[in-house]
Amino acid sequence: MTMATVNDTLAAARGNRRKLGRDLAGLSVILALAVVGYLLFPDNLALLTRMTAIALLVLSLDLVTGYCGVATLGHAALFGTGAYAAGIAAVHFGITDPLLMLACGIFGGIVAGLLCGMVILRAHGLPQLVLSIALIHLFHEFSNKASSWTGGSDGLAGIAPDPLIGLFAFDLWGRTAYVFGIVLLAVVFTLLRLVVRSPFGMLCRGIKEDPIRIRAMGASPKVTLVKMYMISGAVAGAGGALNAISTQVVGLDSLSFTLSAESLVMLVLGGTGSLFGALTGTIVFMFFEDIVSAANPFHWLTMVGALLIAVVLFAPKGLYGTIAAAAIRWREARR
Amino acid sequence: MSAIFEVRNLKRSFGGLAVTNDVSLAMAPGDRVALIGPNGAGKTTFINLVTGNLKPDSGKVRIGGEDITRVKAIGRVRRGLVRSFQVTRLFQDMTPAEHVALAVLQRDGRAGRLFGNYLAMPEVMAEVGDLIGKLGLRDQMHRHVREIAYGQQRLLEIAVALALKPRVLLLDEPAAGVPQSDTGRIEQALADLPPNLAVLMIEHDMDLVFRFAKRVIVLAAGTIIFDGSPSDVTKDPRVREAYLGSYANAGHDA
Ligand SMILES: Nc1ncnc2c1ncn2[C@@H]1O[C@H](COP(=O)(O)OP(=O)(O)OP(=O)(O)O)[C@@H](O)[C@H]1O
Ligand SMILES: [Mg+2]
Repeated sequence: MTMATVNDTLAAARGNRRKLGRDLAGLSVILALAVVGYLLFPDNLALLTRMTAIALLVLSLDLVTGYCGVATLGHAALFGTGAYAAGIAAVHFGITDPLLMLACGIFGGIVAGLLCGMVILRAHGLPQLVLSIALIHLFHEFSNKASSWTGGSDGLAGIAPDPLIGLFAFDLWGRTAYVFGIVLLAVVFTLLRLVVRSPFGMLCRGIKEDPIRIRAMGASPKVTLVKMYMISGAVAGAGGALNAISTQVVGLDSLSFTLSAESLVMLVLGGTGSLFGALTGTIVFMFFEDIVSAANPFHWLTMVGALLIAVVLFAPKGLYGTIAAAAIRWREARR
Repeated sequence: MSAIFEVRNLKRSFGGLAVTNDVSLAMAPGDRVALIGPNGAGKTTFINLVTGNLKPDSGKVRIGGEDITRVKAIGRVRRGLVRSFQVTRLFQDMTPAEHVALAVLQRDGRAGRLFGNYLAMPEVMAEVGDLIGKLGLRDQMHRHVREIAYGQQRLLEIAVALALKPRVLLLDEPAAGVPQSDTGRIEQALADLPPNLAVLMIEHDMDLVFRFAKRVIVLAAGTIIFDGSPSDVTKDPRVREAYLGSYANAGHDA
């Protein structure tokens, strides 16, 4: 090896180590927040678990919107399908092992991702957005009509998951569900950090910026994006399954336009194109919603709207994106 | 010598205007061809047609003897027909190393891999470092593209094309927009292209054309009006006429 190559390799290794450091830091932050949440809100673990499930949905949305530039207002289709897959497996097929239910949810999410991806990716921009809205309404209507399977507007009740790995029963206080959710989130987060940095992740970033360039390199934007949609489906499906397991019911709201739009709001709030941004947005939005809706049940939506306008106008990169950019500027100014 | 790249009777018109009008040409491995012509002659359109970015109205394109007229743009790249762009198309938030690595991985069918990082793939890094070094981009290797000079971006555009290991390389004005001080680097890069690669270069800078090409093709209003040696091109009356006409219409930058 020449001197130059040695230097490159060293620089590369340094870069790698820095990223690995950030992965570990991110993971520690998640776990620390989880512990803090547990200590601060021992009576409200249900909210925290729901937050974890929604965080998976927002992460999943970030994969297609933030990393690939796909415009969608129908992403809850993937989440809801995962929730119903897990719920239906338990209620109609007696698959009540939580890990198997999770697997069913992930599978359902992947299938929904494949389906939605194949439809949504046919268009770009505004027509793409309209297609996604049409899709979520179709999914919603379908599960409403298939009430013998889904329970229709009453919801799918009677989901009774077995104890986790045969040891930890899903208790009344939601402790097991909470820990299950946090572990799931930590695992998914770690895997996604690897994926977004992989050659595939690089390809996706390229497609977001210039699909013609990617084609001139001989890669297919379509195939890549459909693949990303399936990964996104797996993540959202895991979130849906977590929700089904922890709340033991699945309602039509998990497959709704409202949830889709809210997840987009959370993503924009936190900052698109970064996994930390997706998490930040979910946590801030859901806490804000919880606190404000308790304090002022009539005007909480107004306040959420005001918060969102403030962020979009004054921190267009989202909360995390703005802080991260400021941190980079600060570090460079110090050098 | 058998042709590696062959175009037969290629035609395309936009709204009644024949932008590519019955163009035929063949190239052998190692050819160094310059495609010149006044602004709007249809040079870029020709590249768009043969690479599958545009659909021809009629005509055939072959690479290595295989008819690829119905093959999509991606398939043509995979068969070794690679282009660069007249205006750079690079990813602003990626580094030169990432660009070249992506091209290398894609060429080897590994760009879809979900895990692993090219920085940790020594054989990829070796090739990336090698190519980047050849094009004199080593100091910019890990900087974002938007922070590097345009001349260097043009070089990176060539590096990305070369990383795909083409059999036929179509360069659309590789020196366009590059300050005079940097054209030397590009010229050197052109001189160092693999000897058995067939290269077709569109270029307006005649000095560069004469130093690079062993054969010059002149396109005017979608038709090939000259195909021969560089020494004959300036003497050809039709070429003179085409350029005079365009000078009269388009001023001096033709
Ligand atoms: N997609 C299109 N639709 C309509 N007209 C087009 C299209 N693409 C190119 N043209 C027209 O075809 C003609 C040739 O364009 P082209 O870009 O191929 O010229 P060129 O020889 O590359 O010129 P330049 O030297 O300026 O790059 C121009 O008149 C242009 O306006
Ligand atoms: Mg052109």
